[in-house]
Amino acid sequence: MLTICGWEASVLKQAIENLGNRTIEGVWRIGYATRFVLAILLHSGTAFRRFGLTIREIYFSGVLSLIIILVSGLFVGMVLGLQGYETLQTYGSESALGVLVAMSLVRELGPVVAALLFASRAGSAITAEIGLMKATEQLSAMEMMAVDPMARVVAPRFWAGVISMPLLAALFSAMGILGGYLVGVQLIGVDEGSFWSQMQSAVDFEQDILNGVIKSVVFGIAITAIALFEGYDAPPTAEGVSGATTRTVVMSSLAVLALDFVLTAFMFRGLN
Amino acid sequence: MNKTVLDLWVGLFVIAGIAALLFLTLKVGSMNTVNVSNSYEVVARFENIGGLKPRAPVKSAGVVVGRVTDVKFDNELYEAAVTLRLDKRYAFPKDTTAAIMTSGLLGEQYIGLEAGGDSVKLKDKDQIVLTQDAVVLENLIGHFLYGKAQEGAPQ
Amino acid sequence: MPALEPQLRPAAVHNDTLVEIADVAFKYGDRPVLKGINLTARRGQVIAIMGSSGCGKTTLLRLIGGQIKPSQGTVRVAGESVGDLDQAGLYRLRRKMGMLFQFGALFTDISVFDNVAYQLREHTDLPENAIRDLVLLKLHAVGLRGAAQMMPSELSGGMARRVALARAIALDPQLVMYDEPFAGLDPISLGITGNLIRRLTDTLGLTSLVVTHDVQESLKIVDYVYFVSEGVIVAQGTADEIRNSGLPYVHQFVHGEADGPVPFHYPAAAYADDLRLGGQRA
Repeated sequence: MLTICGWEASVLKQAIENLGNRTIEGVWRIGYATRFVLAILLHSGTAFRRFGLTIREIYFSGVLSLIIILVSGLFVGMVLGLQGYETLQTYGSESALGVLVAMSLVRELGPVVAALLFASRAGSAITAEIGLMKATEQLSAMEMMAVDPMARVVAPRFWAGVISMPLLAALFSAMGILGGYLVGVQLIGVDEGSFWSQMQSAVDFEQDILNGVIKSVVFGIAITAIALFEGYDAPPTAEGVSGATTRTVVMSSLAVLALDFVLTAFMFRGLN
Repeated sequence: MNKTVLDLWVGLFVIAGIAALLFLTLKVGSMNTVNVSNSYEVVARFENIGGLKPRAPVKSAGVVVGRVTDVKFDNELYEAAVTLRLDKRYAFPKDTTAAIMTSGLLGEQYIGLEAGGDSVKLKDKDQIVLTQDAVVLENLIGHFLYGKAQEGAPQ
Repeated sequence: MPALEPQLRPAAVHNDTLVEIADVAFKYGDRPVLKGINLTARRGQVIAIMGSSGCGKTTLLRLIGGQIKPSQGTVRVAGESVGDLDQAGLYRLRRKMGMLFQFGALFTDISVFDNVAYQLREHTDLPENAIRDLVLLKLHAVGLRGAAQMMPSELSGGMARRVALARAIALDPQLVMYDEPFAGLDPISLGITGNLIRRLTDTLGLTSLVVTHDVQESLKIVDYVYFVSEGVIVAQGTADEIRNSGLPYVHQFVHGEADGPVPFHYPAAAYADDLRLGGQRA
């Protein structure tokens, strides 16, 4: 038996073949996903012409995510208030608590944490729903009824996600600031005037708030596109759909964090 | 789920989201970032700007009147060229002094404008001639120690 | 059938061949599924396509519906070559087709009524009360008018399939395709579904293509049968001809014999070798 560095040649060959196959598979999927997103954009007419379809999906991905977003936002803000106070107090600058809470929420935590929650709450639901519709031949049935599933099912969900995400992120940030205010001002007793005024003079509309909104729109696009693709591409079996749902959460969370880094590097480069 | 109930919820959601955005814009952030159409730019040159950064406020008598938009190094004069964007509502005399100040001992740095007595006002792209550099704490301490040392030196 | 008025029948067309499949082959990747199929369906006929599981029957339906394109040959429906149509043309043609999927494929998030109304709402500008009348008419035809407000999850398998049938005929198609309409049904539902297919075909003057492996049930209702095995048509004829066919494959299929031309054993190495009775490996 031929051996290389103690490995049986056939095992090594197998491993290399696997690696090659996986790479080809990955490249193929990226190409397919790109084509899928382009197809969504091409088929978006219906999503706006019959806006009722999109409104329905906003209900499912946006309104139903409200509770988790609001509650998480409040708690994240309260924790920020506590931790920030502890840290700032050592430098005697408790009055900057408002700045700390607002900046971290508006720039980073709001868009990112809201997006992560959205991915696990709405993204997984979208994948499971589309995957099941495919597994139970509902998408085929739709095609046979001369209704394009891309236009009727996929595109409205995409735009609903893109519309919902910035609203959810804004609500998350607003709730977080409220939480920080409750803990910092009401509970600990930081001066209310300096809390708000320092926040206002430090947070800039264009640089901070608008960039945060842009981030959340980008995250919304990424999450819904991934969720829809995974659902559409899922093998039409029970394992296929459950695997796709897991992949949606993993992939979109990673995508959110990676995109966040890229966007932050672009937006805030050279400012500080 | 009834269609109208669904619409109602989505409507509430959108309104709440927009309200949150407005809250962030008005209450958390400041819309008083001077926008381009209602403002004018002037340049001030400093030998040392300390820790001044773009977006630092420009204040006069403690009131924010503009922001620093750009900080550059002038390679001919070996000075810092700081661009200030000032609100059109506030006009300053030509002999206004620009000084780099620090809020508190370790706080952020900003530019303080002190109006002079000239009747000619600053226009767009003008230069503020009278400037006062940032106080660099290390230098200050250095001077102080040097002075002390000289005081205490045996004759 | 008081519910189905005569004027709902499609007008007679000069040529009464609706589906014509000529020398069609199809490959999934390198694996040939169909190798040269010829098939004709005339208006008013119930045609059965039979064969063992995985012989390419469903593929045939997907070819007719234009969901996949043949690698060779032509599929003509109502005179149009399905494989050559663009998406718009395909969707226009599909409005003349209805399809009943194996497990109904009802939209699970909307009620039975909305399922049947789906195509009417998508493709017509009918006012809501006209849609209501049409939907109840179709539901009545399958005997489920009373279930209009139920959700698909509340239906039994047989009922779901009847609702799907009502949905398939919502736009008064000329061709209805059934993918295994008898699979997994109890004997009563089986009889109901079989009768329904025959009755709707006669009263609406449509063409029914039934893909099935349920020989006994389908032989009761069909006009003509095609037997598909390993991608080719091995036998065809009327129900009686099939019942009395002397072909070994058809005989085995119709009478459900365990062994015959379709072997019981999947091809394998010699049994003795698999059990290592030879002793050469210890």
